[in-house]
Amino acid sequence: MHMADALISPAVGGTLWAAAAGLTAFSARKLKKNLDEHKVPMMGVLGAFIFAAQMINFTIPATGSSGHLGGGMILAILLGPYAAFLVMASVLTIQALFFADGGLLALGCNIFNLGFFPCFIAYPLIYRKIVGARPTQGRILLGAMAAAILGLQLGALGVVLETWFAGVAELSLSTFLLLMLPIHLAIGIVEGLITAAVVSFVWKAHPAILTQAPHPPAVRVHSHKPLLLGLALFAVVAGGMLCWFASTHPDGLEWSLKGVTGREELAGPKEGVHGVMAWIQEKLAFLPDYDFRKPEEEKAGQKEESWPEVSPGKSLAGILGAAMTLLLAGVIGFGLRRYYSHGKG
Amino acid sequence: MGKIESALLNIGYLETLSYQQTPLHRLDPRAKLLTTLVFIVAVVSCGKYEITGLLPFIIYPVVLIAVGNLPPGYLARKILLAAPFAFFIGIFNPLLDRAVLVQLGPVGISGGWVSFASIMLRFVLTVSAALILIAGTGLNAVCLALEKMGAPRSFVMQVLFLYRYIFVLTDEALRLVRARALRSFQGRGMGFKVFSYMIGQLLLRTLDRAHRIHLAMLSRGFEGKIHLIRPLHLRSQDVAFFLGWSALFVLMRWYNIPLLLGNAAAGLIR
Repeated sequence: MHMADALISPAVGGTLWAAAAGLTAFSARKLKKNLDEHKVPMMGVLGAFIFAAQMINFTIPATGSSGHLGGGMILAILLGPYAAFLVMASVLTIQALFFADGGLLALGCNIFNLGFFPCFIAYPLIYRKIVGARPTQGRILLGAMAAAILGLQLGALGVVLETWFAGVAELSLSTFLLLMLPIHLAIGIVEGLITAAVVSFVWKAHPAILTQAPHPPAVRVHSHKPLLLGLALFAVVAGGMLCWFASTHPDGLEWSLKGVTGREELAGPKEGVHGVMAWIQEKLAFLPDYDFRKPEEEKAGQKEESWPEVSPGKSLAGILGAAMTLLLAGVIGFGLRRYYSHGKG
Repeated sequence: MGKIESALLNIGYLETLSYQQTPLHRLDPRAKLLTTLVFIVAVVSCGKYEITGLLPFIIYPVVLIAVGNLPPGYLARKILLAAPFAFFIGIFNPLLDRAVLVQLGPVGISGGWVSFASIMLRFVLTVSAALILIAGTGLNAVCLALEKMGAPRSFVMQVLFLYRYIFVLTDEALRLVRARALRSFQGRGMGFKVFSYMIGQLLLRTLDRAHRIHLAMLSRGFEGKIHLIRPLHLRSQDVAFFLGWSALFVLMRWYNIPLLLGNAAAGLIR
């Protein structure tokens, strides 16, 4: 469910970057107040664990689509919302930097969709309310299920709204919602089951962890063993189960997009508004709010130079220019490398 | 499993690339980080049907790869590895958007193909910029830059710890996989049971080791701050790097250079 740079506009990306940065600072300050020293390596390990778990995709039966663990809910339950949010943010940052999962500009969207909703909405409002101070097996199952589903539904809603506001993809809001929400309901149910299994195991092995989570504990955990054992067992079960399902199918987001990408054909290029005003507007629109439905109008401001114009001459010039640009870039690169390797030798 | 293995191996190689000493690597990480962000925003802000306008941006990765002595083939493979996602989303444009946008002699090219090419071009540019940032800087330095620029320390530390443990996890996993392969005569189809035992074992070992690493760090005087050997000094070339590239990006965003070039060349030919 990672948003990609290709799907968003700078305005949407920037706004959510700001939101994510603010939340990160807020969480960090909250955590600093009562940071348990032992929590730092624990957070790192759990991040790596989630990271590995997210790499395994499972198929959702009968849809031909697949999803992977968000993991936000497990983290929130084990670490409390603030630490969990930081771990999710770090996991997504590494994914964006090293695997191009999402992208740097879309990082804010992803942190918001996959970190904020589970940690700050679903966990405190659903899971805490249902499970309360004295967890039981049934309550944990119910709470984890409901919270995971809600978290994912909100995340999917976030993806839809961000895509819609960005206007890059030609989607009708309602159709996109109708595709995204049911898929993520299915993913949410699976995620809920897995979350519940882990949490109840941890609860049995080390109940203290769960009751302390919402207010980061001052108590030091000297032995990690029961907890480690629980996580290991979960890994065994999850690894076994999920790998059965692991698939190369597109994940939920891709599947929905495929189904929805608009059917409307583009209107032919209009001869748009010319003149100085249009030219200035075009030049000033460094971050244009480009609307997918009317790219021609925006382009019309560019007068004759506009690319999407059916004209063999212009196309030829474009291709010629493109070839020259690429050649130039190649020559510069080659020259620089020669120059620097000479300088070294 | 194969995917995880190769992906994590690649992380290690990216890290070793960042240990080089080149003009690129010597730049202040803050300058590189900011320039990368400006680059990505400039690329993403281009219109949906933009192709020629995007091409000049290739100069940035090309120059950085040349100056930073980075292996272009390796980076290209890494980009290809991540490509299926963007490809899958983009490939539906040609199916849905069939209005002819460009006429090349007898061949008409639909808007869908143009926007698809634009998406792929954008994808290549943004991904290569991010990869070059890591290969030319290293995650530690990027994290230091983040902290200097005001990111909360606990977040930065969390990223560093996570990164550290990913390496630990990889090494263990590779050893397990290799040991199994040696004992099973390259038998295909890792059994369900074996696989789950391996993962469980891996997690136990990793947590154990994480604990040991933490203790070792504590006994060496770790008190919540990670020190890097290279202190950060913003020098004039760092500022010049950032301002120069940003100015170029703005210029390339405002003027379609290939079209201007092409028109000029076509004019000359006539």
